[in-house]
Amino acid sequence: MSGANVANRRSPWLLMHALAVFAFLYLPIAILIIYSFNGAGVGGFPPRDLTLDWYRRLFADSAIWESVGNSLMVAGCAVAIALGLGIPAALALDRAQFPGKALFRRVVLLPLILPGIITGLSLLMLFNESRIKLSLLTIILGHGTALISVATTEVFAGLQKLERAQEEASLDLGANYWQTFLRITLPNLKLSIIGAALLIFTLSMDEIAVSFFLIGRNNTLPLEIWGRLRRGITPEINAISTIIFVFSLAAIVLWYRLRRSAEGPPEIAAELIETVVQGD
Amino acid sequence: MATLQHSGSGIAASAAATLLDMRQIAKSFGKNRVLRDISLQVAEGEFLTILGESGSGKTTLLRIIAGFETANSGELWMSGERLDRLPPYKRRVNTVFQHYALFPHLTVEENVAYGLRVSRQVETTISSQVEQALARVKMTAYAKAKPSKISGGQQQRVALARALVKRPQLLLLDEPLSALDANLRRQMQVELKSLQREVGISFVFVTHDQEEAMVMSDRIALLRMGELEQVATPREIYRHPATAYTAQFIGHTNLLRVQVSNRIVRCNSLSWTGDLPDGPALLSLRPENIRVASSPGPPALNRVRFRGRLRHQAFQGATELLQIECSDGLIFFVRTSARADWQGELEFEFDPGDGLPVRESAERT
Repeated sequence: MSGANVANRRSPWLLMHALAVFAFLYLPIAILIIYSFNGAGVGGFPPRDLTLDWYRRLFADSAIWESVGNSLMVAGCAVAIALGLGIPAALALDRAQFPGKALFRRVVLLPLILPGIITGLSLLMLFNESRIKLSLLTIILGHGTALISVATTEVFAGLQKLERAQEEASLDLGANYWQTFLRITLPNLKLSIIGAALLIFTLSMDEIAVSFFLIGRNNTLPLEIWGRLRRGITPEINAISTIIFVFSLAAIVLWYRLRRSAEGPPEIAAELIETVVQGD
Repeated sequence: MATLQHSGSGIAASAAATLLDMRQIAKSFGKNRVLRDISLQVAEGEFLTILGESGSGKTTLLRIIAGFETANSGELWMSGERLDRLPPYKRRVNTVFQHYALFPHLTVEENVAYGLRVSRQVETTISSQVEQALARVKMTAYAKAKPSKISGGQQQRVALARALVKRPQLLLLDEPLSALDANLRRQMQVELKSLQREVGISFVFVTHDQEEAMVMSDRIALLRMGELEQVATPREIYRHPATAYTAQFIGHTNLLRVQVSNRIVRCNSLSWTGDLPDGPALLSLRPENIRVASSPGPPALNRVRFRGRLRHQAFQGATELLQIECSDGLIFFVRTSARADWQGELEFEFDPGDGLPVRESAERT
């Protein structure tokens, strides 16, 4: 930001350009938040009759809250699956030597760049073939597997930064391999793992493409919103979006505080979030 | 730590019983043969230094003793027990790592207590032992600090305390002083040495610094390209280097390639009488054994004289190292006291008895 100030003295155009970019990025969110309090609903400019009516109506809407519950459950399970499979994969990539390791690395990381449509469609075909009924479970499996690569990359990055001599020192001091993993390796990976969990949770919470193919009778929040949009934008949707926005922001700030209180260099997610929070 | 046995002094190797016995250790990484046929003993209470250039295999040897690497062949025995079959955490050997490898998420105190906690000792005895260990290395004031908040020298002390609190039979040190600046390094050399005498356990110290090795060791094992070149006390290895490599690596030396026939030793245009077998030979003549000739004229009895031009002069504080080129192309290093302003053509002399025959160092690939 200080760089912008220096440039500011040189050219007012640069400042205006920057403002325009920020407006493009954040104005829609601002409007969404403002209209969630607009008494006249989605229409009408400028907004007037500020009200909490939409929030009241939202809290009374059981379908929305059911979908929120579903999404939280799906995201939580996806985190568990992705971490449960991703951490061992990262460990294998970091320290095991086996034939086909380069191929293994690419195969593990592929879902990261694979379009959601492909992942969703292929899983749908798999579930159809094996006669598994589509439900929240299929969405959980879809999210969990698609996001293993996120867990793997984050934890792998953490392992690369971990000084191996520390683990050797632990063995040297009489700790066996399991004690060393629990007392030295895991605490050093704590930030990477929390970062990965946070990333996976948020990615799962707003995932549409894969969920769309695997949805059963119960909606996740993004699909519920998407479904309602077909009947037009309602102020309730603005309200739920505002709530999501506030919670995401709170989560990010919380995570940043956590990272600051711990020591050590930031992981990829931490770097990203730090940039957002500090704004530099 | 107070209960550790005090053996009093860093006794000479031959006097004490063997603690660690390395028998024909060999190690390769792929096609790269890092260690070949290393047989070496460490005595109880001995300070043994494994000295070598980078790539000589010294760190690998240390890691084999600690248990982080497995030798391809050979055996390790410690106190009558086969050591190389045990995992690192079952060996009564502890290591001070090159960059200390302190645990960043634990405080100084918790770092030192770590080895006691994982072996499930009673918490009350742990705290008193940790206290003693920290007091011994003068780090009590920093007990609650995180490793990132203390200096390199202090981290070094914590690493020492963390290893010693386990009461190992043998302490391994992997270039522990290399990250410190020169002054602190000299100070730590003295401290380490006196600490070793105090606790009376054997130290195996790895370094590439020959001066450090000379200052601290009871014995030096010089490693060259994976093989032991010579194992001896610092004085012995300096005064009687077995090979040309040893003579050059430990201190400065002049290597003279000579031809001997009928007790006449010839080196380019110089010649003298000496008790050497006929044929070619290699002599090591230390720079301090060559003197500036006091007066012109014939040399004193049994002295060899030569004239040479001063090519380079390196001031080293108390002494000066001169590089002298003779008219026949021979180059000598001469150490003199650092007072005179040498110039031009000078005359030097040495006692041929100081020229020690050394073996040509074997070619290795």
